[in-house]
This record gives sequence, structure tokens and C-alpha cells, in this order.
Amino acid sequence: MNLTLTINGTVHHVEASPTARLLDVLRGPLGLTGSKEGCGEGECGACTVLLDGDPVNACLVLVGQCEGRSILTVEGLAHGQTLSPLQQAFVGHGGAQCGICTPGMLISAHAYEKSTKSLVTLRESIAGNICRCTGYQRIVDSITQAEHEDRVQTFGTVGS
Amino acid sequence: MSQGPSQHLPTVGKSVPRADGTPKVIGTARYVDDLPAMPGELHGATVRSPVPRGILKSIRFDPNFDWSDITIVTAEDVPLNTVALIAEDQPVLAARHINHAYEPIVLLACADKRRVLLAKNAVSLDIEALPTVLDVHESLKNTHTVWGTDNIQKRYLITKGRADTEDSVSAIDAVLAECEVRVSGSYSSHHQEQLYIEPQGVVAWWDESGVHATGSLQCPFYVHKAFLKTFGEQPSRIHITQAVTGGGFGGKEEYPSIIALHAALLSKKSGKPVRMIYDRKEDIEATTKRHPAFCEIETGCDKDGKLRAIKMRVLMDGGAYLTLTPVVLSRGALHASGAYEWEHARIEALALATNTPPNGAFRGFGAPQTIWAIERHIDKVAAVLGMDPLELKRKNILKLGSVTATGQVLHTSVAGVECLEKARAVSEYDRRRKAYSEKQGRIARGIGAAVFMHGAGFTGSGERYLKGKAAVDLLPGGRLRIRTASTDIGQGTETVFRQIVSDAAQVPLSDVDFAVPCTTHVPDSGPTVASRTVMVVGSIVEAAAREVGDRVRKEQQASGGTFAEAADRLLAREGEVTSLLQYSPPSYIQWDDQHYRGDAYPCFAWACFIAEVEVDRETFEVTVTNFWSATDVGRAINPTQCRGQIEGGALQAIGWALFEELVWDKGIIKNPRMTNYIVPTALDAPPFHTVLVEEPFSFGPGGGAKGIGELPMDGGAPAVAAAVEHALGIPMDDLPLTPERLFARSASGAQT
Ligand code: FES
Ligand code: FES
Repeated sequence: MNLTLTINGTVHHVEASPTARLLDVLRGPLGLTGSKEGCGEGECGACTVLLDGDPVNACLVLVGQCEGRSILTVEGLAHGQTLSPLQQAFVGHGGAQCGICTPGMLISAHAYEKSTKSLVTLRESIAGNICRCTGYQRIVDSITQAEHEDRVQTFGTVGS
Repeated sequence: MSQGPSQHLPTVGKSVPRADGTPKVIGTARYVDDLPAMPGELHGATVRSPVPRGILKSIRFDPNFDWSDITIVTAEDVPLNTVALIAEDQPVLAARHINHAYEPIVLLACADKRRVLLAKNAVSLDIEALPTVLDVHESLKNTHTVWGTDNIQKRYLITKGRADTEDSVSAIDAVLAECEVRVSGSYSSHHQEQLYIEPQGVVAWWDESGVHATGSLQCPFYVHKAFLKTFGEQPSRIHITQAVTGGGFGGKEEYPSIIALHAALLSKKSGKPVRMIYDRKEDIEATTKRHPAFCEIETGCDKDGKLRAIKMRVLMDGGAYLTLTPVVLSRGALHASGAYEWEHARIEALALATNTPPNGAFRGFGAPQTIWAIERHIDKVAAVLGMDPLELKRKNILKLGSVTATGQVLHTSVAGVECLEKARAVSEYDRRRKAYSEKQGRIARGIGAAVFMHGAGFTGSGERYLKGKAAVDLLPGGRLRIRTASTDIGQGTETVFRQIVSDAAQVPLSDVDFAVPCTTHVPDSGPTVASRTVMVVGSIVEAAAREVGDRVRKEQQASGGTFAEAADRLLAREGEVTSLLQYSPPSYIQWDDQHYRGDAYPCFAWACFIAEVEVDRETFEVTVTNFWSATDVGRAINPTQCRGQIEGGALQAIGWALFEELVWDKGIIKNPRMTNYIVPTALDAPPFHTVLVEEPFSFGPGGGAKGIGELPMDGGAPAVAAAVEHALGIPMDDLPLTPERLFARSASGAQT
């Protein structure tokens, strides 16, 4: 079946069985191997992508469900050649070690940044992403740091 | 452009960004399963034993299944059917004797991934079941011999003081009988799955240059050695490459040899490249785990808390084959007496075989198990004496000039007291300890501490035998390239090695490259294990970089120009400018392997971890609310990465203590999934307050760095258990501290 998906802002037509997992279509025919498979059953979060703005586990979503919808993967986070503040913070503040959880973690963190923060805490927003390396402290610090940088960029000064 | 020495700004000590960070955050880092399919590539799969022990009578391939496009490999196809490691007891594929559940028997490959899974279901195994041995106590009785002649895979004996005599048992018993206060206890710890988030995987192929394997692995030369043995190929025809690796923690130390051999066997038979990627279930079931351990301890001390004598027996469950068990047991035994000084000691350690999947390397490598036991025991001694446990630890901790159980005199880089005092201060231990001792409501709070050390590098004369090598090459434009088999599996080797080289050669960080670890192109630096990468291999890399930098600068002084120009002249003249060096351990190391006596490690890294918990008295749920630590790293080359190692290791230990539990039923794992093998999430993790202490080791790179990869795994569990004991009054001696076990223990009236 021919499906139309908007991925990282670009419209793609892809030939796939509607019952294929979104993760396999992203990693296979679309060549977007940034999203990882750590468990294949919705537990590790390494495959997290945004589907119409909401975080989902791409290993549990069938590609048929995505027809006409928009998907954001880790490959879509940078602004051209420039890393997003979140990505920069992960590189600079210890948010990534082995890096296998990082794509999913960044997507969840990105969703958190865009969310109504009073409804969900930072740690809650990444609780579906297992990281076995960092102990999460540097991830939390990286996300907090990125928020701070974002504010600096937006307002040109450190908000007080 | 490269700059001269005058402009160099030191990078060691600075938290420079991760060198491999950018590809990891934009999604272009290629882990093994991200590598593009090779032409004609097949998917491999493994048929495994469903029973823990038996005799394989026959293998039946369903005649109704279409086998035309399936490659089949059995034991008969294996040129030399043994996995080369310490011993040669483990077959690559089981031929007749099955010694654990999930033991590999048949390999299958097919271009169509779905068909290979169908083919797996079309294979049936006729196995005659044999009686099994599933725990160490049973194994010790040797009612059924499942390994060697007596099930004993390895034994060590460490003796000190009056116990250092022929009849060490009577001698230590006599010393204990003279002690004012005697305390005994037994302590157990359980399996732990590494649960790296990237499962094991490899791609293997054969071509005119020999055999190739690229995979998720820690030690490319282990796989090289295994191929050498099994395939009997020339060393130069074996090419093992590390792909970007999504965590290892020891789990990708020895196991990758097996999956790589399997993929290469399928590839040899089919003539096609073969990709083998385990799914999570297979990874949890079939690969190595942390050795369970049972420790019995009897100690004697004075009424004022001065520790005198220790008698300890450690039993470790090695599983069905030897793998690295002797080395794990060794490290466990060498850390068994903890961070304390004993006049008299007798430590006996045994590893026993069982019909469970072989246990193997996991961060800490035996030490977390014995440190769990000794820390719990010292807490028990404190309770008997009516002393604060941290005070008792402070009183007996090893100091400069102290003598360890193996007779090692600590004459350098000792920071136990400093770590203890720093952690105590930053956590406000004394205030909280007092406050939480007051009667509490449904939610009980507690705080507890663990003090410990971890030997950095290989044991005793290990490094002398190993002769680890690393190289630094000069490249055009004055760039430098590091060539080493020490892999970055997330711990930050690439970044830290670049920092070391940048400072040693006085070139900018951006001018230092790190070669992909491939056995064809890098020297054998020894394995990426034992907290040795920075301290040992880092020091080789540092010396090599200094040598290359000096040569360029000499050229610069002789004929002028910039560093880059001098480098190009040198390269034009000499063709190749490389410094390939071999490690020479500090000459003071004296080790007697026969009697397990002497300098067990060149130095130790030290730490004190303090956990604060809340326990719900009705549900027995434990939440770690704060975690303070002070860790001596010698010299923090990259402080952010040091903290990341410490916190990540501590959380693995917290997981081991509270949540992680493999459930076994007659040798079969009942919970081989992430749904039911629970590791901590961001909500389970406490805020970490991490203090770095720097007590330099003069032979370490960057001004004295020591190894810290494993240390943080050692102290988390006993710190949490001490805090739980403080909160509930229940001394837990057996891991894990799940609500069910806490409830059972409290119901049995074990309150102190
Ligand atoms: S792979 Fe999708 S949640 Fe683990
Ligand atoms: S960085 Fe390795 S799992 Fe998160």
C-alpha cells in the first residue's frame, strides 16, 4: 500500500504494508535509523517519535495509523547544520553516554519543552525512556540547561 | 591550523563536550543494526535448548517446511567447537551434552527475516533430560557432577596474620575465640542483567581477505582470539571491528565472541554476509549475567570497635561454563574484606558450576557481591556494639601505610577517610541520622552509608603479562590519531583519550582523531575492562602523544615553521611518524599468584556513598530520595563524564538493590522482558549529589587519573540497605530488597 507521511516536515510517499511497525518503516525504506529498537514492546522508549506532536513508541504504532499524519524523529531536531539547544546541552552536559537512548530521550524532552509544564514534571516526561548509562541526573541537567539557553536566546538575557 | 606549544590551553580537568556527542544527538551514529544491509545479506537466528541439562539425541527438521532458502549450521559444521577464553569447556554449538537452558544448538539464516523465524519453529530437538544442579549449595555437595570432577570451577585462599599458616581454619578460629566481641552473619546477592539498551548484535562476512565481523562489543581482540581458535585462520585474515556500541557494562566483554562466531559460521556456510541481532528476550535469556554470591562472615573486634579478625567464605555461582568466572571470583575475593584493616584474615572463595547460563562480566566484576556482604556485616557489628556504623567504618578504614588482607602496604593515593568525611558532611549524615531515628509515621525515613574501594587495572601481575599496547600517529597538518583497542562503549574513552593526547602533545583538542577500533588497524591494548582504560591504556596513549609531539617540536626548533609545517616535513621525510608503546606497570608491584599475596592492584579508587530513603510501612515500597557520594578518581580528566560514570553506576546498584530480579523456575527465566525485569526510570532515580575527590596516582595519566568505571557499582546496594535498616529497623542481608521480601522479613519478627 502506498502511504503518505510527513516526516520531519517533508512529505514522503512510501510503499509498505499498513500493518508494518512504524519503527521498521522509518529504519528500513525511509533510512532513518536514528530511532532505535531496545525492546520492541513499548518499554524502553528508544524508539520514541512524535506523532502529530504527541510522543509515541514507534515499535507499537502501525504505519497504517500514520497515513497523512506528521512524524518528528531525532533526525528532525537540528536546525539545518545547527544543533538545537537541547542537542547541544546533551553533548556538553553529559546527557548522552552510549547514546542509544538519546534519540528517544531527546524526542521526549522536546515534547516536554513544548508542553504545558504545570501538567507534567520533567522527570515524568522522560519516565518512559530508559537510560542504563547516566543515572538520569546529567539528562535532567542537560534539559534544564537547554531551557535556560532557550530563555537566554528568546529574551537576550538570563531571566530572573 | 595547528598551534605551537605556547598557545596550548590545557583540556585535562575540563568538561569538554563529548567527542562522539554530535552524531549521537542527530541520529547519525551507526550502531550495528543501523549499518546498511550488505548485498545478499541474510538474517541469522539461533535454536536453543529448552531444558537446563540433558543429552541431545536428535535434531528434526520438519519435512513439510520449505528449507530451500535456509542455511543450517549445527555442531558438525564448526571447525573447532570451542569458544576460546580462559578454559575450553564451552562449545560454540552444543553437540551432545546440554548444560544450561538456552544453550545454542542450531543456527539458521535466510534473506527473509520472517522466514528465518518460521524455520526456527520447524526445528524440534529430542533431548533426554538429566538431573540438574541449580544452586551453589547443591553444587558444592556434588551429588551430580556437572562440571569437572567436583563442580568447583575455581578456589582462592587469602590469609593474613596468624591465619597465614598451614591450618588456617583452626588458626583463625583461635584468634576469633580470643576476641572481645564476635559477630557472624550470612549475606547473599542475586543475578543481575546488564540490560544495555542496545541488544547484542553483529554482522559477519567472508571475502578474499578472510573473515570480518563488525558488532556491538567491548573487546575486539577477544573475538579475534575466538575466531583464531575456531576457524584456524591466520591472524591477519581475521578482521574484527567495533561498531558504535549502545552500552556494555561487561555484558559485551566475552559474550560477543559467541554471537560473532555464530554469524561467521552461517556466513561461511551460506557464502553470504549474515546479520545477527538478538531481540530483548533472547538477550536476557542467553547472555551472561552477574554472578550470584553467598557469603558467610565471622569477625572479631574489641569492645571499642577496633576490628581484629575476619573469617569469610564466598560461594559464587559460575553457571554452566567457566567463561571469566575465575577472574570475577578473584576480584570478589580481593575486595571481600572491604575498605578496612584486619590483623588476621582468612578469606576462602569458591566458584561452583550450575546448570544455568554462564555468568560473566558485569561492572564491578565480583566486588559488588562481596562488598555487599562486608558492608552489611560491618553495619551488623555496629548494631551489636551500639555504635554508629559510619563511625565504626571511620575507625577501621584503611589509611596510608595500612596493610590489606593480601599484605599490600598502601603507600600511595589513599583517600578513604577524605571520601567518608566529605560525603558525611555534604549529606549532613549525622543530623539526618539522628532526626530520622525519632519515631516516625507511615512513611519512615532513613539514611545509610557504604564505604569502599575498588582496585584499578588488572589484578597483580596481570598487566605485566598482558603487555597492552597503544599508538599515536602523526597525520598531515599536524593532526594526531590515537590507535587503541580500548573501545568507547558510552563511558567516554574517545573524549578522555583526546584530552590526554591534546595536553601531552600540546595540540588543540580538535586536532586529535580516534581511530575506529578494528583488530587489523589498532594494536592490542588489552580488553576494555577492569577500570583499566584511562589509568593503564590512557597512560600509554599519553606517553606516545608526548613522544610524537616532541619529535615535531624538535623538527620545528631545527628548521622553523609552525607545528603543522614541521609535521608535514617530518612526514615527507620519514613516511610514517608513529609512537607505538607498551605498558610498563609501576615497578613496585610484587604479586605472588600462588599464595594470593602482595600488591593486588597498583592502586585503589575510594568512595563513600550515602543513601536517603523513604519506606512506606504499609506497602514496603522503598524510594531513594537523595544520594550523596564522594568519590576519589585520582584526577578528574573530564569532571562531567566522571560524574556520569558515578551516577550511572550508582543507579545500576540501586536497581540491583531494589527492583531488578530474575525469576527462575527450574533453570528457566520467567521474566526475560523489560516489562517484568524492572530497571530504574527517571522517576525511580534519586537526585544525585556527586563530589569528586582527587588524590592523584602518580602513574596515572593527566596528572594522576585512576580507574572509576566499576567502583560506583560497588557501594549503592549496601548504602540503600543501610538506609532501609535505619528507616524500618529491619536488617536485610539478602538482595533484592523488594516489598515482598521486606514484608516477609518484617512479618517474621526480625526487627532489631
Ligand atoms: S523499542 Fe519501542 S519502546 Fe522499546
Ligand atoms: S546513554 Fe546509554 S542508555 Fe542512555
